[in-house]
Amino acid sequence: MSYTYEPYDVVVIGAGHAGCEAALAAARLGLKTLVFTVSIDSIAMMPCNPNVGGSSKGHLVREVDALGGEMGKNIDKTFIQTKMLNMSKGPAVHSLRAQADKKDYSRAMRNVLENTDNLVIKQGEVSEVIVQDGKVTGVRTVSDAVYPCKAAIMCTGTYLKARCIYGDVSQHTGPNGLAAANHLTECLIKLGIDVRRFKTGTPARIDKRTIDFSKMSEQKGDNNIVPFSFTNTPEELEREQVSCWLTYTNSETHKIIMDNIDRSPLYSGNIKGTGPRYCPSIEDKVVRFADKERHQVFIEPEGNYTNEMYVGGMSSSLPEDVQYRMYHSVPGLENATIVRNAYAIEYDCINPVQLKATLEFKKISGFYSAGQSNGSSGYEEAAAQGIIAGINAAMKILGREEVILDRSQAYIGVLIDDLITKGTNEPYRMMTSRAEYRLLLRQDNADLRLTKIGYDAGLIDNERYNRLIEKERLIEQETGRIKNLNIGLKDDVQKILEENGSTLLQSGVTMAELIKRPELSYEKLEAVDKDRPELPDDVKEQVNIAVKYEGYIERQLRQVEQFKKLENKKIPENINYDEVYSLRLEALQKLKEFRPASVGQASRISGVSPADISVLLVYLEKN
Amino acid sequence: MHDNTIAGIASGMGGGIGIIRISGDKALEAVGKIFRTKSFIDKKLGKVKKDVKWDYNYFNNRETHTINYGFITDGDSIIDEVIVLLMKAPNSYTKEDVIEIDAHGGPFVVRNILELLFKNGVKPAGPGEFTKRAFLNGRIDLSQAEAVMKIISSKSSFALSSAVKQLEGSVSTYISEIRQEILRNTSQIEAALDDPEHYDLDEYRDGILKDMEEEINKLQGLLERFNDGRMKSEGINTVIAGKPNAGKSSLMNLLLDEERAIVTNIAGTTRDIIEETVYLDNIVLNLADTAGIHETNDIVENVGVGKAIDYLGNADFVIYVVDSSVPLDEADFQIIELLKGKTGVVLMNKSDLEIKLTEEEIKSRLDWDCIVFSNETKQGLNKLSEYIKNSFLNGDITFNDQVYLTDIRHKEAVEDAVSSLKQAVATMKAGLPEDFVTIDMMDAYIKLGLINGETASEDLVNKIFKEFCMGK
Repeated sequence: MSYTYEPYDVVVIGAGHAGCEAALAAARLGLKTLVFTVSIDSIAMMPCNPNVGGSSKGHLVREVDALGGEMGKNIDKTFIQTKMLNMSKGPAVHSLRAQADKKDYSRAMRNVLENTDNLVIKQGEVSEVIVQDGKVTGVRTVSDAVYPCKAAIMCTGTYLKARCIYGDVSQHTGPNGLAAANHLTECLIKLGIDVRRFKTGTPARIDKRTIDFSKMSEQKGDNNIVPFSFTNTPEELEREQVSCWLTYTNSETHKIIMDNIDRSPLYSGNIKGTGPRYCPSIEDKVVRFADKERHQVFIEPEGNYTNEMYVGGMSSSLPEDVQYRMYHSVPGLENATIVRNAYAIEYDCINPVQLKATLEFKKISGFYSAGQSNGSSGYEEAAAQGIIAGINAAMKILGREEVILDRSQAYIGVLIDDLITKGTNEPYRMMTSRAEYRLLLRQDNADLRLTKIGYDAGLIDNERYNRLIEKERLIEQETGRIKNLNIGLKDDVQKILEENGSTLLQSGVTMAELIKRPELSYEKLEAVDKDRPELPDDVKEQVNIAVKYEGYIERQLRQVEQFKKLENKKIPENINYDEVYSLRLEALQKLKEFRPASVGQASRISGVSPADISVLLVYLEKN
Repeated sequence: MHDNTIAGIASGMGGGIGIIRISGDKALEAVGKIFRTKSFIDKKLGKVKKDVKWDYNYFNNRETHTINYGFITDGDSIIDEVIVLLMKAPNSYTKEDVIEIDAHGGPFVVRNILELLFKNGVKPAGPGEFTKRAFLNGRIDLSQAEAVMKIISSKSSFALSSAVKQLEGSVSTYISEIRQEILRNTSQIEAALDDPEHYDLDEYRDGILKDMEEEINKLQGLLERFNDGRMKSEGINTVIAGKPNAGKSSLMNLLLDEERAIVTNIAGTTRDIIEETVYLDNIVLNLADTAGIHETNDIVENVGVGKAIDYLGNADFVIYVVDSSVPLDEADFQIIELLKGKTGVVLMNKSDLEIKLTEEEIKSRLDWDCIVFSNETKQGLNKLSEYIKNSFLNGDITFNDQVYLTDIRHKEAVEDAVSSLKQAVATMKAGLPEDFVTIDMMDAYIKLGLINGETASEDLVNKIFKEFCMGK
């Protein structure tokens, strides 16, 4: 029998990486928040890779942190190895990645949720989002309890009608054998939401004691620890690190796969969902890149208190017996005991072009969606969407201004704009190549870019905000100083230049000009800068980057200026595109379907030409 | 207000006078820089006087709605004698400062003036941009603006059905290939940035540098050919071949509809090559009438014959005129040898006379279609037009492999792309990390995309996934 439970402001459906950030943001902004999870034990679970961050994903984590999110702090608490990738490249693509103790990560996040004011956790499955007159009024659980609410945030990850598959075995469960959520999809369809089916997968886990590490190369963490969270210092995070291991597939592995490819559900047609191109299964790699003689396999610990090791690079949905032979053909794994099989998972998700940049459905007021249910992949992508959905659900209820990040402000902005403007035909992964203004969107300056936005929203406290203002001041002051600091032809200067293989000076230059030389840096010139003030490392880093890459950064700033012009031209929500004469038919259809928020967004929709944009501009000016 | 000052041709190209319109905040200043009044010109030398100082703010100090006589100059040389109309904001078509330059020279002079303006910071006007501004600034109403927008969109549908399509096609393909090269190299770098544990760039740096320098060269070649481009690329190079007195010049006249070539009935009167441009249903033919190809002792004519053979080598299409009132002879056989492997049609001319030649006889030597023709009765003229048009639209006629830029906006895009690629090369040579390099490479990629209307949004990501096995 149906009954009504107490009302909430915000209900979050799912407590994975998106759900946790969404729930925390809403609760911290003072809203009475309820978060549902199919299992309390699966809060912030990492069902696939045991790490957080990596190329461009590390950027997302730091941005979430700068906005006042939890992921960065949580991985700082629970990492067992940390590494800055791409150190030989420019600062824009330096990327932090940490191996997590999975159980610890999940436990620590659960602890934060449990101790956050205004936040209630409940185990249960939501079967319906109740909508009246185009507005969310509550959610209903499978037990027929109705929870009235002002906003609902869907963070269902890979659970909707989930099906795990390997060989001809198919089980209707979510990841790790957890219960799937089988009812909500039907409600979404009734609400007129476009639902699709995606697929992803995970490799086997093997027993550490049965691995021959002597046949693999060791991958150690960095000695210099860089925290994910701007609230932590490296010293606080000192700890013993564990290693990962690298080995390779070989022609034998590939032969086993090819000989049995007809037994793969991907090729037999048993799997219908679309998989990600970034993390293809090993059979996909072998088929699509037939000329590659070997593929990398990373063996990564799942935590400090388990012998399970993750076999990165070899996700698969081949039958169990083929999996055994395939894994055993890899050097070091000849005698490995497999603890969990690899499997593919199929799940329902929505077409994200139905969402606004706040992640609210365009057609349903108060209904938000974040994370893998939007067709993305990855913990970090999920968390990034989660915090934005959480903040905006709260802002809407509080009657405050939306918080939208654009492509020039954050990777989060790129991620959400891509999803809602271009849509995606596969699980979407963040990539550094997707960010056109990436010289500005560095992981090292995420705090400078976003802390103020988090502060204005109400997720950053005064102390942290004031620290940021002071940091900004120091950077500006020091940058100004070295731009005006003249360096004469002194012996000590020439000596440093010579030591660093740099051309000797013929005439005086400024300190800034010297720093610009590729072989020099702010740090290296310290000795010849007698009046240099004592500064924190993060300030020095910003000064060095700002000066060294000044020309490039300025060019990107000019590009951003151009970009902002169209971005700032808003399109009224009630625009009638049929009144806009001379739009080409394709553009007319696309604009009607997408209903972009700005002319800038309209210009990124495929099928809308520059001529259509001119026509649209003319129309908008007139009205 | 608009931050850009734009310039474009306000009159149709071709007439005696070309009008260039400039609109925007910097219009007066930009024209002020390249304009000089009579007293600043040294008539004897035909140069700009050196010792007098010109006031660049000349037009700012002039009254609005005045007509100013003077010269457009570049450095100390004179480009053209012009009349300049000054209309200051808001009393102009766009409500901005507007200047119109009436130039006397032909299209080349007009284009030179435009380019001078571009060098001085003025941007090329996009299609309908003056009208757009007029509308945005409240000068004209929506219905007027929409009428103009319609013309702009209908222009592109016209372009699709006309010769422009194929012309642009060749530029487009060429640019596409260059873009693909840029994309390939960019994806190489980006794959390594996105999956650093999987791909590294150590072996590729030199290759990427070399490739980018090659693409710069190709693009610069395009820019250099821009000047001939406008003339040559606007038509299909069509050569009329045939032995003396087969009726080539009469055919040319027929097509031109006027007497231009010297036409006599004495064999060998066309001493040199005559070139004319003919429009056949929107298709432009650059028609060349060749001297009758035959062995001759006449020196003047010999030069012509040599040239004729050259022309045949470069022809996109050949109209071979045979005299069907006489059997094929040695001269025909020689010509047929030259025509083998080319695209063309045989006109069996003089059908009004007694016919001594069959289609089979020709076909046994040259596998071309034949059209029975008469210069006198115009029999076959329609068929010839149809034939050329169809061959063109079917793609049987292809252009010379040399690609030409014809649109000044395309030229700007190529120039921008070259400067981006040069920046990329400089960045690489300066030893900066590769992620700085790809920013300019993608910039060039996007700029070149403006030429063939290709967007960039997902190209790079798709290319990375296609070529590289990414991720764990």
